[in-house]
Order: sequence, then C-alpha cells, then structure tokens
Amino acid sequence: MNKLFKSKIITNEAVTEEIYLISLEIPENIETKPGQFCILRLNHRLDPLLGRPFSIFDHVCGEIKFLYRVKGKGTKILSQLKKDELLTVTGPFGKWYPFPQGDFIVIAGGIGLASVYYLIKKFPKKAHLFYGVRNENEILFYEELKELAKHVYISTEKETSYTYRGVVTELFKEKGKSLSLPIYACGPMVMLKELKKIVNEAQPCYVATEERMACGVGACLGCVIETKQGFKRVCTDGPVFEIKELLL
Amino acid sequence: MPSLEVKIGNLTFKNPVLTASGTFGYGLEYSQFVDLNLLGGVVVKGLSLQPKQGNPPPRIYETACGMINSIGLQNIGFEEFKKEKLPFLKKFNTNIIVNFFGENLEEYIEMARLLDSLQEINALEMNVSCPNKDSEWRRMGLEPELLKKAVKEVRAITKKTLIVKLSPQGDVALMAKICEDEGADAVSLINTIPAMVIDIKTRRSMLGTSTGGLSGPAIKPIALRAVWEASQTIKIPVIGIGGIVTAEDALQFLIVGARAIQVGTANFINPQATVEIIEGIKQFLIEEKIKDVNEIIGSFIQ
Ligand SMILES: Cc1cc2nc3c(=O)[nH]c(=O)nc-3n(C[C@H](O)[C@H](O)[C@H](O)COP(=O)(O)OP(=O)(O)OC[C@H]3O[C@@H](n4cnc5c(N)ncnc54)[C@H](O)[C@@H]3O)c2cc1C
Ligand SMILES: Cc1cc2nc3c(=O)[nH]c(=O)nc-3n(C[C@H](O)[C@H](O)[C@H](O)COP(=O)(O)O)c2cc1C
Ligand code: FES
Repeated sequence: MNKLFKSKIITNEAVTEEIYLISLEIPENIETKPGQFCILRLNHRLDPLLGRPFSIFDHVCGEIKFLYRVKGKGTKILSQLKKDELLTVTGPFGKWYPFPQGDFIVIAGGIGLASVYYLIKKFPKKAHLFYGVRNENEILFYEELKELAKHVYISTEKETSYTYRGVVTELFKEKGKSLSLPIYACGPMVMLKELKKIVNEAQPCYVATEERMACGVGACLGCVIETKQGFKRVCTDGPVFEIKELLL
Repeated sequence: MPSLEVKIGNLTFKNPVLTASGTFGYGLEYSQFVDLNLLGGVVVKGLSLQPKQGNPPPRIYETACGMINSIGLQNIGFEEFKKEKLPFLKKFNTNIIVNFFGENLEEYIEMARLLDSLQEINALEMNVSCPNKDSEWRRMGLEPELLKKAVKEVRAITKKTLIVKLSPQGDVALMAKICEDEGADAVSLINTIPAMVIDIKTRRSMLGTSTGGLSGPAIKPIALRAVWEASQTIKIPVIGIGGIVTAEDALQFLIVGARAIQVGTANFINPQATVEIIEGIKQFLIEEKIKDVNEIIGSFIQ
C-alpha cells in the first residue's frame, strides 16, 4: 500500500483559539483504523526538519481529518496553511485500538479526544464517554458526541454551570468505575498515570501514548516508552498499549 | 545512460548511495517506501554481541536544521539479527553492510569473527565513533594508539571489506591514515557530533541523557570538510556522511573526494530520499554530459 502521498488541504480552521481541525484529500484506497496516526510534513524547507505526528481524527473515503493543538513551531506553521495548499502525508502508521465487542468506556483528556473520536464514531451508541477539559469553551464537538456516544460525561477543571468540576479520572471514578467494560483512553501523561492507579488489572484498558518521533516506521528507535518488557517503540509497537504493560 | 558504479575494497556498488547506520533500521522498516534493490547498499543499525537496551527516553530533540539523538546504540544483538533480519535482507540485490561495535576490544574482534562467517554480509563497518565515551574502547575513535590496535586486530580476523567509521572530532586526517596503514579498505565519515540541548525551566537536558549526537543538514559543512581532509590524505576510499538530503548535497561530497555517500537523517524527512538522490545524480551526469560518476569523484578545484 502506498504510504506517502501529497494531499491537498480542503479546510484548516480554528475550533478554539488554540485548537484547529485540518481536513485533507487523500487517495480513496487508503485504509485507516482508530488509534493510528499519520506524519505531516509542514513545508518544503528544512526547518522544521521533521514531520509531526497526529492521530487520525476522522476518515471518510478520500478525506482525512486531524485535530491539533498549536503547541510550538511546527503546529504554528500548520495552522497558517490555507485551502488548496499541498502537504506531504505519510501513514497510516501504528497499532490501532482493538475493536470493542459491545459497549465500551472512553476517557479523553483535552486534545486526547483527537485519538478516540474516530473510535466513538465507528461504533455508534456504544461508547460511555468521559471527557475532561480545562474550561467550558474547550468542550469540542459536544453535539456530535452526544449523537455518537451512548452517554457523555463532561468534567471541567474550572467551575461551570452544568458539568462536573474536577479532573476526568475523578469523574470516571464516580460515574464509570462500576461499569465493567473495556476502557479506551487518550490524554496527558498525568491522566494516564492516574488511570493506571484506578483500573484493576483484569479490566482491559487500552491507552494511546506519545513520544517524540523521527521516522514513524520503527527504524530510528527514538520514540521508545518503558514497558514491562523493556523499551517499546510508540510508532510501531504502539501508539496503543494496554495500560498494565506500561511503566508510567 | 551514465555509469553510476563505484568500487570499494573488493566490492562493486551499483551506485554510490547507501543508507547510514541507525537511520534505516534493518531495511525492512523502509521497504514500504523504497525498493531496496535500487540502493548501492544498506548499512544496518549498529550491532553488538548481546542485545542492548539503550538510553532512557526522551531520545530525540529537533534543533535548527538538525536533530540530536541519544538512542544509546539500542540493538537486537548478533543472534537475533542473524535469525530474524538477515533472511529478509539477503533477498535483495544490494550490498549489505553491518555496522558493529563492542564494549571492549575482545568484543570488537568477536563481532568481526562472527560477521565474517556470514556469507550474506558484504562488508563490515566498524563504529569507533559513538559519542558516548564511557569506556576506554569507546574512546578509540579519538585516541590514535587505541584505534591503531583495534583496526589491526579486526583486520586480521576478517577478509570482508572493512570500513572504519570515524568521528568528526580530533584530527580526522590522522585517524584516517591510521585506518589505511592498518589495512582498512575504506573509512566512513562522519558520525554524529556530540551536542546538548537545555530546557531553561527545568534546567535539565531535553534528552534522557545529558548529551547526544547532532545529525542532519546542520552538520553538512563540518562533514564535507572532514571528508575533504581525509580524502586528501589517504588512498583508500572515503564514504561521506552528514546532512545529505538532496542529490546536490551528495554531489558536493563526491566532488571533495567521497567514493560513496550514506543518507541518514534525510530518511526521516523524506522516506524516499535515497532513490531521489540516485535519480538526481543520474540526471546531473546526463545534463553535464559526464559518462561515469567516477569522473566527478575528487574533482574539487582548489
Ligand atoms: C502518535 C502521536 C499522535 C499525536 N496526535 C496528536 C493529535 O492528534 N493532536 C495534537 O494536537 N497533537 C498530537 N500529537 C502531539 C503532536 O505531535 C505535537 O504536539 C507536535 O509534534 C508539536 O509540534 P510543534 O512543532 O508545534 O512543537 P515543538 O515543541 O516545536 O516540537 C519540536 C519537536 O518535538 C516533537 N514533539 C513535540 N511534542 C511532541 C509530542 N507530544 N509527541 C511527539 N512529538 C513531539 C516534534 O515532532 C518536533 O520534533 C501526537 C503525538 C504522537 C506521538
Ligand atoms: C537516530 C540515529 C541513530 C544512529 N545510530 C547509529 C549507529 O547505530 N551506528 C553508527 O555508526 N551511526 C549511527 N548514527 C549516525 C549516522 O549513521 C550518521 O553517521 C549521522 O547521523 C550523520 O549523518 P546524517 O546527518 O545524514 O544523519 C545514528 C544517527 C541517528 C540520527
Ligand atoms: S519514530 Fe523512529 S522508531 Fe519510532
């Protein structure tokens, strides 16, 4: 399968001040799975040198979407690209979330939503979503998520009128712990660490991880994460791992 | 069609473009992007006797036009390479070069002996230039006496084409001369340059270790100088490495005397960089009406 293609930008729009959704044209025959990622090359110059990895947010024949937070130099450049400009995309790469058999729990922290949205969409009305953000205006795609998921529970760290106040793992402890369903999670390291303390070893819990990447294909050994079996590559052995395998 | 063929030791390369160790895995990883049959050679990840787990993450950080890595020579070890990786590699019509290192001289010799026994391997690249200097033998790339002894002993063990991969630090021409005198068939330069990156908030390194090795376009001018100095001093071939991204970069190395080149970090930027470089060299020769790539090699005008 061809894993490198030039893609035309269909749209690239801000959904909040810091978060953007980019949509690209890709060949019809590309197959992707929730949890996988692509690497986007941002320009034709050598600075920034490396492409940037992003989870596949959504993919419907011929159109692929990525949701990203503007963090540094690379994502800043990405946010300034316009409709019809060309980007080089490599991927899809990595292991995906094992498909759920029935209902499942999703825990998303902030931009971590980017990695699990596609899963929720592929299995409509099956996800019990726990979605944590810092403040109310960072709640993204709320209407769509309510349609796609079975339940949506939101937590914000700042006080708001209609949501749970606190971190998402606390909300999950209160409302989701009694559900014995497989868990799929993506979010910042602090969230994953907390989650590891909460879930019992018998409950399957799949998490998407991040590390700095260069090649994306398992060749450079740059992206390793510590697991019970030693260092594993996030790009090819992951990014999805069972949480019990990880030494967080 | 111009000829792209070059010779190093007793080996013929269909073109002067090879992959650099540690940036192309064991070949398989990039075979989804590149037909390995098109390459002059594949240099695999640095191999040691036992598997090595490498340094703690984070292991890479991007710098201006470069990257710094502290992989720490993680590799699967000789036995697993032989069992799991070599059968795949030998299916291709290209030269297979194994980059290797040891914790001490005995291990270098043992590795050379084991690799020498594998028919599928065309050449050995002896890495004496790891930027991590925690033992006497890791310093051999910087200390003439240690290098002399090591090359001599490894040479005695193997008849295969022996390439010694040198560091850009120190007196490059002197070290290259030692390799030649002790019977190496070629030297390759350069390896990454020891470097640092600091997070001002935590006041710690951006890497899991304090220092790492710098590679990519940022180091190309340093590499060109090193290749030029070495190729003026020795008669055995020099293989140029460092920041080569395009055919133009590669041609610059050939002009200052490199017989072949290796593409490293550029694979990460563009997984098809190697084949584009081969194609670009070919086009250049056609445009300049040059029949043989060897006419370019060492054609630098002072
Ligand atoms: C598998 C995977 C999927 C990801 N999916 C998303 C996503 O869907 N949405 C999103 O907003 N972000 C995602 N990220 C994180 C995203 O790649 C980084 O935020 C981005 O690379 C930062 O680039 P920058 O140039 O803006 O920042 P800079 O700090 O300027 O980046 C400098 C260097 O660090 C690397 N880098 C920095 N942070 C990260 C990181 N967390 N992970 C990997 N490399 C990093 C960059 O690639 C670059 O080499 C993902 C990361 C990985 C590994
Ligand atoms: C991630 C990474 C891993 C490397 N691993 C090795 C190695 O195992 N052995 C070795 O001799 N050189 C290793 N190198 C050095 C490269 O082979 C090459 O000499 C260096 O990167 C300079 O070339 P470049 O600028 O084209 O990357 C490594 C480089 C990188 C970036
Ligand atoms: S990014 Fe190179 S091994 Fe994962």
